[in-house]
Amino acid sequence: MIDAQKKRGGWSWWYLLFVIQFIVALWPPFYNKVDPTLIGIPFFYWFQLFWVIVSAVFTAVVYFAVSE
Amino acid sequence: MQQVNWIALGIFVALFGFVSWLGFAAAHWRKGDLDQLHEWGLGGRRFGTLITWFLVGGDVYTAYTFIAVPALAFGAGAIAFFAVPYTVIIYPILFLVFRRIWHVCHKHGYITAGDFVRGRFGNRWLALAVTVTGIVATMPYIALQLVGIQVVIGALGISGTGLVADLPLLIAFVVLAAFTYSSGLRAPASIAVVKDILIYATALAAVVVIPMHLGGFGKIFAAVPVQKLLLAVPGPNTTGSYSAYATLALGSALALFLYPHTLTGILSASSGHAIRRNAAMLPGYTFMLGLLALLGFFVIAAGVDKLPEYAAGFKQFGNNFAVPALLLHSFPSWFVGIAFAAIGIGALVPAAIMSIAAANLYTRNIHREFINKNPTPKQESHIAKLVSLIVKAGALVFILFVPTQYAIQLQLLGGIWIIQTLPTVMLGAYTRWFNSWALLVGWAVGTFAGTAMAVATKLTPTFPLAVSGHTFPGYTAVYTVMLNLVIAVILTPVFNAMGTRRAPVDETVPADYHA
Repeated sequence: MIDAQKKRGGWSWWYLLFVIQFIVALWPPFYNKVDPTLIGIPFFYWFQLFWVIVSAVFTAVVYFAVSE
Repeated sequence: MQQVNWIALGIFVALFGFVSWLGFAAAHWRKGDLDQLHEWGLGGRRFGTLITWFLVGGDVYTAYTFIAVPALAFGAGAIAFFAVPYTVIIYPILFLVFRRIWHVCHKHGYITAGDFVRGRFGNRWLALAVTVTGIVATMPYIALQLVGIQVVIGALGISGTGLVADLPLLIAFVVLAAFTYSSGLRAPASIAVVKDILIYATALAAVVVIPMHLGGFGKIFAAVPVQKLLLAVPGPNTTGSYSAYATLALGSALALFLYPHTLTGILSASSGHAIRRNAAMLPGYTFMLGLLALLGFFVIAAGVDKLPEYAAGFKQFGNNFAVPALLLHSFPSWFVGIAFAAIGIGALVPAAIMSIAAANLYTRNIHREFINKNPTPKQESHIAKLVSLIVKAGALVFILFVPTQYAIQLQLLGGIWIIQTLPTVMLGAYTRWFNSWALLVGWAVGTFAGTAMAVATKLTPTFPLAVSGHTFPGYTAVYTVMLNLVIAVILTPVFNAMGTRRAPVDETVPADYHA
């Protein structure tokens, strides 16, 4: 993290987690399907809800990894 | 319409009364001199992580959202779920870009995006363009919040003609206007806490209890017509619903924090840490919004739209009546009262913040820039308070006398307009490379093209862009902001060479943009 602190306000490799969030969220062919269902909910819906949680965790990781 | 539901109405009125009192009492919370604009209009920039979470949550996830997203799921199906990826990707943007903007605004005492643009580019006309866009995009948004209140008041069984029919809305708005005037941003911040607790309770109860009534999620989704269950797979030579879905999410996300009311919420935070922490905490609301979107399918499964007692409501409010009807159908009266109060109060919070944000913009970037260059702090805050009243009165008149459809269409246009400030505000947070006049031309072309494209598609959000035999249906805002950016990039060296020199002053330095 020394490197991240050195160039404050600059790029950090941890931000790749944000890129992953963007790509998955914005690529409908990846989740536009019914199966597998979860407690009767089609994949399209539960996966996107699941991705909300993953994204929040990613953002938290970046928060702790890249100190301001 | 159905009978007046007295128990639900009683609880609704009691909760509404409570938050109204809270709104007035908020003036004394973390007390500051409300004759200063940053105290009235930004709560003194004193809100920590938790209050910012409630405030921005109440600001982004509005009452209208909770009505309209499930209504869209009910009417159009899977496409409505774009609200979820949309409100996932806003948080990296908040974390990276708007934290920078928070720092520079904190450093220089900027209260609006117009202030920042004026300081960064030294061009009052570019600042004016950003300001006017912000105000114009916000107005129909306020009107839509009133639609949210209107629907729940109608669902409580209050109906009538003429003044009687509008009276509850009028009362709600007078109260809203009064506490916003007296308490400023502290009012919606305190009310947001109550509203969010009520909304979370409602959402949780709805997604647990209603599926139990309906025999589980499997049965619910089995009742949804196949064409609504998933996005239509695109045919040959088109990206179809996939590009529409993705660009709606992307464009909405890029536009969101450019709106004056969301920026006001961000700027009222006490530290950059609070902003960054909230980027990880606010997805809690996204998760809830996703759950609420599913209510649209519950409506289909329960067949609420076919029941005679709700026919009048659907006739009057269209699909926006879907969620209120489902709640009336599924819950005892006392809980309906709580749920409807959550929606009604959920309209007060963003409406208050929006009117404050528009007032801040007018005061700082129009009045102070063009009319009275040296106002005293007291004059400045007085003008802002007055403008907040005018803005709300305008929204009220609009909703009472103009068909709701126009407010919805204007709000759609508002999204296309506000995104045109992206190159100036968001890229401006990173670079001073652009020539401010090039940015202004880009903004004008983007705004004009976006409006024309929206009109050409009969005011629907997506435009079928055709390139060499392929069609790319996509959110008009995304296409036009790309055009805007290309123009700004091309014209910057041209204008620099022509000697419309960059304005000499950039009052910010790189160190201002981070801690």
